[in-house]
Amino acid sequence: MAKKLRTRKHRVVLNRSYGGDIGIGFFLFLMGLFLFIPMYYTVIQSLKPLDELWMFPPRFYVMSPTFNNFKDLFNLMNTSWVPFSRYIFNTVFISVAGTFGNLLLSSMCAYALAKIKFPGRQAIFALIVASLMFHSTVSAIANFITLSWLGWIDTYLARIVPAWCTSLGLYLMKQFMETNVNNAVLESARIDGATEWKTFWVIAMPMVKPAWLTLVCYSFKDLWNSGASIYIQSEQLKTFNYAVSQLVSDGISRQGASAAATVISMLVPILVFVISQSNIIETMGSSGMKD
Amino acid sequence: MSANTAVKKKAVNRSEMTKAQWTWKEIKRNKTAYVMIAPFVILFFIFTILPVGVSIVLSFTDFNMLQTPNIVWMENYITLFLDDDIFITSVKNTFIFAAIVGPGSYLLSFICAWFINELSPKIRSIVTLIFYSPSISGGAYLMWSIVFSSDSYGYANALLIDLGFISMPIQWFQNADYVMPICIVVALWTSLGTAFLSFIAGFQGVDHSLYEAGAVDGIKNRWQELWYITLPTMKPQLMFGAVMAITQAFGFGAIVTSLAGFPSVDYAAHTIMHHLEDYGTTRWEVGYASAIATVLFLIMYGSNALVKKLLSKVGN
Repeated sequence: MAKKLRTRKHRVVLNRSYGGDIGIGFFLFLMGLFLFIPMYYTVIQSLKPLDELWMFPPRFYVMSPTFNNFKDLFNLMNTSWVPFSRYIFNTVFISVAGTFGNLLLSSMCAYALAKIKFPGRQAIFALIVASLMFHSTVSAIANFITLSWLGWIDTYLARIVPAWCTSLGLYLMKQFMETNVNNAVLESARIDGATEWKTFWVIAMPMVKPAWLTLVCYSFKDLWNSGASIYIQSEQLKTFNYAVSQLVSDGISRQGASAAATVISMLVPILVFVISQSNIIETMGSSGMKD
Repeated sequence: MSANTAVKKKAVNRSEMTKAQWTWKEIKRNKTAYVMIAPFVILFFIFTILPVGVSIVLSFTDFNMLQTPNIVWMENYITLFLDDDIFITSVKNTFIFAAIVGPGSYLLSFICAWFINELSPKIRSIVTLIFYSPSISGGAYLMWSIVFSSDSYGYANALLIDLGFISMPIQWFQNADYVMPICIVVALWTSLGTAFLSFIAGFQGVDHSLYEAGAVDGIKNRWQELWYITLPTMKPQLMFGAVMAITQAFGFGAIVTSLAGFPSVDYAAHTIMHHLEDYGTTRWEVGYASAIATVLFLIMYGSNALVKKLLSKVGN
């Protein structure tokens, strides 16, 4: 080859111009600013003392950071007739129960669809893939009718049980099992007399840790972020995110407290993602869809 | 699949029986599989498939949750398209919104993932975290309502006053000209989601020897590399990302409501999702709302079919 080869950390880099690298860096920097600034601003806002919140023009940094807004938030919430702790309990309870059920049901179903050849499996999977294409807003009213027929309106069940069967979770799990669980290993376990349940639980499940971490992260994030719902009317059953949105809509006078609440609500899903990031990327590796 | 099952002891020899008999034998042999899928599949049918059927059936009635429904045939649809001006506005808004946010988020996800792939692994995971965070941090988009707050303490107004573009603060969400563009920006801000992660994984999954072989075969720059090597290899991810992006583009109703209020000023950001919510859960005109849901369902399905067709041309 006539042209000079570029190296990066002793590896040859092919087909990369310096101009292109600079352009890419610049684009990523701008995108990063656009995505990061509102998050940063939320955090900064929550740490500002009262006089800085009311400063004109508003500043992008905080001079004397304080946790007063968080204290205010707790005081404010404790004076409301549903205590703040109840909203948090609701969110945590829904998130944990919903995620646990989703994980159990999805992995069983994904295993059978991916690794057992039974009549009808392709049709069922095709339906699940098709359902990825419509957003749940279209089914909200029909689900309201079903849930009220079941007598579940205004109970935790209305939030938890529908969360047990997310198509996306199942899809990712099934695709991952298909590519990452070795058929020969399952086959030898079956020959040794292991039941299908045992093969699933003892052999397949440990092999798909990235997939179930992904499912946990997705399911937890969705449930944690759930706000107001037409299925829930009692104030005592409403979620933390609903309480936050009420605070924010109270307007500018509650700015400090609402920023503090927003920080709490966004921190949890981000932490869950940080812990499981590499596993999620690994799972996404098999997320591809054939036409 | 028959090759696989034939080795097993209990497997049945297919040639000796009819297809129905063979299927029945296979069903009995795989009882466990049906037990395994049952809990998920039953709930999935109740909460995902059944609603579509229920909506279609109810869309031909005047059901209102209280009285026994009467069959009105196409009346709901006729009212919807001929008499309901707000619905026509909402269709227009939905198309504008989805046509910008859908492809916009798809392209942003793709370009960002492509560029991020050029970084070293450590920096890559940090940048991925920053880019992905807005889409998972539930209530964080509410900060935008403070950025675009209607008094001079809002960031946008303060900046514009400071630079001398305006002298009075702009009432962002009370002005029909601004509502939609702001909602679109915020929607794009939260849109680097599942498709983005799938693309990141897709880029990492391309076999490096393909690039080396490509360079030998005369690929000159990163664009050619993308078009001739990366895109064809990533096609399944591109498909999956498209489905995610489209579904997401029709799911931003809640964000619009909490930013622009309901109804938004002059219905400037009123989408089909809002119209559905209005008739379905505020007025409880369930029959009419079901007709809206059915139309929305068809639009979602249609856009997916269209995009899939377009994507099948990639790299060919």
